[in-house]
Amino acid sequence: MSLISTTYDAGSFFDEMFEPDGKTVRPHYRRLAERLSTLPAADFNQRRAAVDLAFLRRGVTFTVYNDSEGTERIFPFDLIPRIIPGREWAKLEAGLIQRITALNLFLHDLYHGQKILKDKIVPAALILGAKHFRREFMNFNVPRDIYVHICGTDLIRDHAGNYLVLEDNLRCPSGASYMLENRVAMRRAFPNLFSSYGVRPVETYGDSLLKSLLYLAPDRTDKPNVVLLTPGVYNSAYFEHTFLARQMGIPIVEGRDLVVRDSKVYMRTTAGLVQVDVIYRRIDDDFLDPTVFRADSMLGVPGLVGAARAGHVALANSIGTGVADDKVIYAYVPKIIKYYLGEEPILANVNTYLAAEPLDRKYILENISKLVVKSANEAGGYGMLIGPASTKAECESFRAQVAANPRNFIAQDPIALSRSPTYCDGELQGRHIDLRPYILYGKKITVTPGGLTRVALRKGSLVVNSSQGGGSKDTWVLQGDE
Amino acid sequence: MPPATKLPPSRPQANVMLSRVAHSLYWMSRYIERAENIARLLEVNLQFLLDFQGLNDASLKDHWDSIILSTGEEKLFAEHYKTATSRTVTEFLAFDLRNPGSILACVFAARENARMIRDQISAEMWETLNELHLYLKSQNTTDVWASGPHEFFARIKQASHLFQGLTGATYSRSEGWEFIQFGKYIERADKTTRILDVKYHILLPSASDVGGAVDTAQWQAVLRSASALEAYRRAHVSAILPWKAAEFLIFSDSFPRSLHYCVAQIDDFLRRILSETGARPKSDAARAARRLLADLQSLSITEIIDQGLHEFLQQVQTTLDTIGEEVVQTTMFYPAESSAEEQQQQQQQ
Repeated sequence: MSLISTTYDAGSFFDEMFEPDGKTVRPHYRRLAERLSTLPAADFNQRRAAVDLAFLRRGVTFTVYNDSEGTERIFPFDLIPRIIPGREWAKLEAGLIQRITALNLFLHDLYHGQKILKDKIVPAALILGAKHFRREFMNFNVPRDIYVHICGTDLIRDHAGNYLVLEDNLRCPSGASYMLENRVAMRRAFPNLFSSYGVRPVETYGDSLLKSLLYLAPDRTDKPNVVLLTPGVYNSAYFEHTFLARQMGIPIVEGRDLVVRDSKVYMRTTAGLVQVDVIYRRIDDDFLDPTVFRADSMLGVPGLVGAARAGHVALANSIGTGVADDKVIYAYVPKIIKYYLGEEPILANVNTYLAAEPLDRKYILENISKLVVKSANEAGGYGMLIGPASTKAECESFRAQVAANPRNFIAQDPIALSRSPTYCDGELQGRHIDLRPYILYGKKITVTPGGLTRVALRKGSLVVNSSQGGGSKDTWVLQGDE
Repeated sequence: MPPATKLPPSRPQANVMLSRVAHSLYWMSRYIERAENIARLLEVNLQFLLDFQGLNDASLKDHWDSIILSTGEEKLFAEHYKTATSRTVTEFLAFDLRNPGSILACVFAARENARMIRDQISAEMWETLNELHLYLKSQNTTDVWASGPHEFFARIKQASHLFQGLTGATYSRSEGWEFIQFGKYIERADKTTRILDVKYHILLPSASDVGGAVDTAQWQAVLRSASALEAYRRAHVSAILPWKAAEFLIFSDSFPRSLHYCVAQIDDFLRRILSETGARPKSDAARAARRLLADLQSLSITEIIDQGLHEFLQQVQTTLDTIGEEVVQTTMFYPAESSAEEQQQQQQQ
């Protein structure tokens, strides 16, 4: 029995593999389709099981909360890759570089002259009232003027296949380890397919990341100490933290391993204190330093912010970047790009309505059941209303929340995310996907060719988050176009 | 805030080891060694009972009681179980997570320590611990009894040996290595004393029983618990003589599970960890290790028997505890405890 059923339903969505007729395979998927058509279902299943077992054995897992035994699950992995032709990727890459460049200039401006506010491109009230705007860092010069060293931008495709930016993650984007582990798994499952396809490698990510971090080191020494700061072993992304630390060969530290003296950061080693120059922190601003931000934080390091201000240690990402990945600011990014770069955005946004703007608010309140409403400060698919899929009561509840606190909400036209054939119930069925590429900003900006393709495994679901039934796929960026 | 000049000297980056990491290596190593030793203890005693089917219920109970006693968890056992039988003791020592010294709890702790320092150890070391943990979680007492306990215990011992072999083959000879070895030998020395102590608890043989069939079989079981039966036979061609077995397990300078051998290793690795280079030890821990080693080099089995084997073994256990504790304290530059609240923050973050 072949995996690709003759009744594959491409639906009314953009299907990554098939033309709208549901039968004609797009050119860049042809070789995969040929391989799958000769692969017995039993053989495919065997490879699937082997990959799952390998993930479990190697501990490629995330932690499930509310469980005293700290159950770890593997992030469900689908063996059908998502394939992006070279030409398509070139455009994405240019768009992502343009976007991070502009956002970085925007952050620099916000923490210095605030020209963009004075020119009324972005309303000053939005920034000055934003939860993640860090007044403490006004007029502070971050090393090399880079605010966002690691960025994960979520992209989706609409019904016509156009790539749209869904959100920017400028704080501590996660998932890069899965991009790398997924590739390892695919290489084992389909070794031959790789050699013939011309898939661009993602394995350079660790090196590029380390280079970007070293680029920030203060001049103290020619052998700077770089560390990864984790919230600890109970964090759901702990696997990723250890994975990246190993890729780079740097120590992984918790807040309690660090101590600040004379505005310098040291790690506590068996032989005494050793100075730290660069910290790749995977802890949010709020928890970094109890003397400056949340006083009850036990994860951070007292005095860390002072050390950063004194220029003795560099933080990646910088403090205060959250102000620019706010869901409300998102709506202004096209204008921000035009303002700083004088260019048209290469990658479009999803059409967005701001509840803070009277006209938009009116539209949202009147059409809430047709829109996707998002709270500005929530992540992971929480604090969100998908109007068309919600009950009247849910819509009413959100309508009241939006009316009461408009600054906190945006609304977007629902996008019919593109679908990719995904193995479900013994055959391939269309499931909605998104894409998170990783952009590193060091001496130059690099976009790793690939990224994390997340897939909503539940039939019809548009939510790809791992906490809500999402899985992932390997993402193949081709050297050529097929 | 002390001035910067008072800071302790630092090593170059390549040799830097976080205190937290050092201690996780130490505990990872101790816990896997502990799991292995409990597996040995249980297996040999189950085997021993098969050899003596004729034992009545009272002596069976004595036998298992003595094993619980030797692990030092008799109170905990009494809280959760009515009587000591093969079944309850296996459950308690192999799978009961309420017993922090059960095999499952130890393997879980070893893996958890390894997970904290996942970036520091080799992929092979981690996978071995992770697989053992997955295997144990898939087993329970009923399964183990159904399929024969031998295979179960063999699997645990194998995993522990595989782990040690992989550590030797894939882990750099660094400070971390010293902590791993130190932890292993501290734990092994402690467990050897406990294995010997089982014999004391079983019953000090009455004069007429010494050298009798049961007595000999018990000493054989003790030797087998430490995988020492073959080595013993090579060293003493004669039959298993009372006290000879104890002498071998305490004093052999070449058998890797004997007390003497383990303490010599402890002394060596401890001096490397604490940079004790002089002839006279500087730290209390090194002094205690040196003194214990000197005892093991110079005492005779008769002297120990006169003093009382049980008392001697207890004293050794206390000394080992002190040494381990002191090394941890000396190399520790952070407050050790992480509160429940901190765990919660870690999750949310």
